[in-house]
Amino acid sequence: MSLKKSLLLGGSLFAAAVVAGPVMAKTLVYCSEGSPEGFTPSLYTAGTTFDASSRQIYNKLVEFKPGTTEIVPALAESWEVSDDGKEYTFHLRKGVKFHTTKWFTPTRDFNADDVIFSFDRQDNKDNPYHNVSGGTYEYFNAMDMPDLIDSIEKVDDYTVKFKLTRPEAPMIANLAMGFASIQSAEYADAMLNSKETFDQKPVGTGPFQLVAYQKDALIRYKANPDYWRGKAPLDNLVFAITPDASVRYQKLAAGECHVMAYPNPADLEAMSKDPNITLLQQEGLNVGYLAYNTQQAPFDNPKVRKALNMAINKQAILDAVFQGVGQVAKNPIPPTMWSYNNEVVDDPYDPEAAKAALEAEGVTDLKMKIWAMPVQRPYNPNARRMAELLQADFAKVGVDVEIVTYEWGEYLKRSADEKRDGAVLLGWTGDNGDPDNFLAVLLSCDAVGGSNRAQWCNDEFNELVEKAKQVSDVDERTRLYEEAQVVFKREAPWATIAHSLVSEPISVRVENYKIDPLGGHYFYGVDLK
Amino acid sequence: MLRLIFKKLGLLVPTFIGVTLTSFFFIRLLPGDPILLLAGERGVSPERYNELMVQFGYDKPVWEQYLSYLGNLFQGDLGVSIVTKQPVLQEFMTLFPATVELSICAIIFAVVVGLPAGIIAAVKRGKTLDHTVMTTALVGYSMPIFWWGLLLIIFFSGILGWTPVSGRISLLYWIEPVTGFMLIDTLLADEPGAFASAVSHLILPTVVLGTIPLAVIARQTRSAMLEVLDEDYVRTARAKGLSNFRVIGIHALRNALIPVITIIGLQIGVLFAGAILTESIFSWPGIGKWMVDSIFRRDYPVVQGGLLMIAAIVMIVNLIVDLMYGLINPKIRHTE
Repeated sequence: MSLKKSLLLGGSLFAAAVVAGPVMAKTLVYCSEGSPEGFTPSLYTAGTTFDASSRQIYNKLVEFKPGTTEIVPALAESWEVSDDGKEYTFHLRKGVKFHTTKWFTPTRDFNADDVIFSFDRQDNKDNPYHNVSGGTYEYFNAMDMPDLIDSIEKVDDYTVKFKLTRPEAPMIANLAMGFASIQSAEYADAMLNSKETFDQKPVGTGPFQLVAYQKDALIRYKANPDYWRGKAPLDNLVFAITPDASVRYQKLAAGECHVMAYPNPADLEAMSKDPNITLLQQEGLNVGYLAYNTQQAPFDNPKVRKALNMAINKQAILDAVFQGVGQVAKNPIPPTMWSYNNEVVDDPYDPEAAKAALEAEGVTDLKMKIWAMPVQRPYNPNARRMAELLQADFAKVGVDVEIVTYEWGEYLKRSADEKRDGAVLLGWTGDNGDPDNFLAVLLSCDAVGGSNRAQWCNDEFNELVEKAKQVSDVDERTRLYEEAQVVFKREAPWATIAHSLVSEPISVRVENYKIDPLGGHYFYGVDLK
Repeated sequence: MLRLIFKKLGLLVPTFIGVTLTSFFFIRLLPGDPILLLAGERGVSPERYNELMVQFGYDKPVWEQYLSYLGNLFQGDLGVSIVTKQPVLQEFMTLFPATVELSICAIIFAVVVGLPAGIIAAVKRGKTLDHTVMTTALVGYSMPIFWWGLLLIIFFSGILGWTPVSGRISLLYWIEPVTGFMLIDTLLADEPGAFASAVSHLILPTVVLGTIPLAVIARQTRSAMLEVLDEDYVRTARAKGLSNFRVIGIHALRNALIPVITIIGLQIGVLFAGAILTESIFSWPGIGKWMVDSIFRRDYPVVQGGLLMIAAIVMIVNLIVDLMYGLINPKIRHTE
């Protein structure tokens, strides 16, 4: 065929295919922001990886209800917790099929062996897969699983028992996270001679199964015909990997994709006016904050910290840095999270009162550093700009601010140091919707010198959070966390700045797509008009 | 000729070792730590940090790490990516054909347009055409690639709808990679329309990546041509009554080509640098973006391996260019 003929034919075929779209198999194209690190979720930590693996290909014992952080049964139909809070018994779902793919045909349904294998690989150094693909299991370690899990026992084919070394109320929420995805033990046994293949060619129980992957180009999935919740309305799902946000927007506008990840804040206004695009927005499960070093004078004095907090015009920051897309933060946890204490009253913006309070504490001519992160995050899209606004606010109360920054890895390392000089801009996006994932991770005594950037150890707060970890009654936990937030506000280790809104532009053809408050992208249940 | 090749090859050895040294040590001189970057805001406990240092081999003295890197290198092992846990060589081989395909198209575009433009400008020296060509070349040379790429996308893909926005081929097609070169693979796959789709996806990135080399080639061709057009042998050729086409196209151009070819050779390095941005804009699955990501994440094995492979390729291309001089101009062959 001549080039000209082939060009013409190609053009007409393409046009025909686009026009005839609805009668063909339903294929949804998602413009994602990057390549997944791999397909075994437990090996990695990036949201991009979980979007491509745990959220489409796999299931967990329990999962988040779409669009919420509510836990619902998944591969476990039900579970019981022992009275001492140290034994979790899961009753597994029957008749769940693993994917039949070009590389593997399962001969049995999902059962307890798969659960045991999925956790044993991460926990047990003698498991044949433990060291495969450079296994480091960062999430499993970060959630303290090696210390927490005493043993996992198979009671029968459809019952497993997790024995813990201590009561841990957030355990169920932890098991809904990507690292707890259940993989096939049968497939693992079959691949013992080529273990890397197990991680590159995934076999799960999830709504979509992998068809093909080309690094930095695309990922193709098809709907799992035997999915236990029922086959997905979509027939095919394609991730078109498109690293640049402006280009993703162009592709969405040109109809080359239906859903796009992470839009540029500057493009949101234009998107909201485009008749072919629906701009979905939801409060994200995040917080951006400024953490004082509470171990250093004068920031060891809560009254000084409170006074500085009163000098900050948070609304101005929200307008300038977040383009107004978010809300001012008063608590360390976002308002959509259970146990959020709305009774807490934020420190008012009052530079005069702030100045007077500083003087009353004998703080005059204060010079301090504010650290600005070198990266963009949903909880802080422009830390440099935020630092400049804080600098101007603090100047009004007579505080001289020097803005410093470091390379990101260095920033994280140095800001964690207890002897660090200055207040640090940072933030957090929740992993599992449990308040413990904010309050204990970011503010407990154990986290001082690590993720507790305020280096703040307050016995009253710490006891409340520790206690809440050990009771399983949600009402009791709510009460404890609400009280902890009151202590937090009184002591003011941080200036809480903002909770950002998550925006997701989708084509008007897309139906039933829900924004995930945890920042993931799920396509089960989504349909195309 | 053979002696020349061996001599040139011999010179490559110290350059190669120099590249291993710089790629290995420079990335380590940059502040930042791959393990901390992997952990992010979450952080990592000191015990776990030490465990990972041992696992990745970063607990050993740097010179020891370098020697073991060299040792592995001689066995053809470039190491394993810290981020994806995949062998570096395998990732490189998957992504490299896309970069080569785009670079070849860009350089062909640059030569096919740049060479005639330079010749015309030289022949029409001082005329409006000359000024137009040279001003356009200057603009092309100064164009920020990122802006230029987005501008073309918005105009040709967004407003006119003539070309696809990004990617290598329409999502309607699934072409099993055989050679990794989409143009060849689509022909091999014999799927109607696939080749055309691949061509249409190549147009904008080719233009964007080829713009700067095109400008350089046009300017270089013009000045080289101007030099030879004043030579005695050109005047003699004209005096003999040869046609204008023969004088310019054969007698003058052949001699003017030497510096132009040198420039084209040097542009290969420029193309790799340009590929970084072009690939990011057009979601082109090549090595440019892969390298940049690995630098940001301090993925040492990928940075080292990727740089080494790119340096080796640039060296080989320049060697070929050196040898081509001899083919074009026998005088060089004899003096060597």
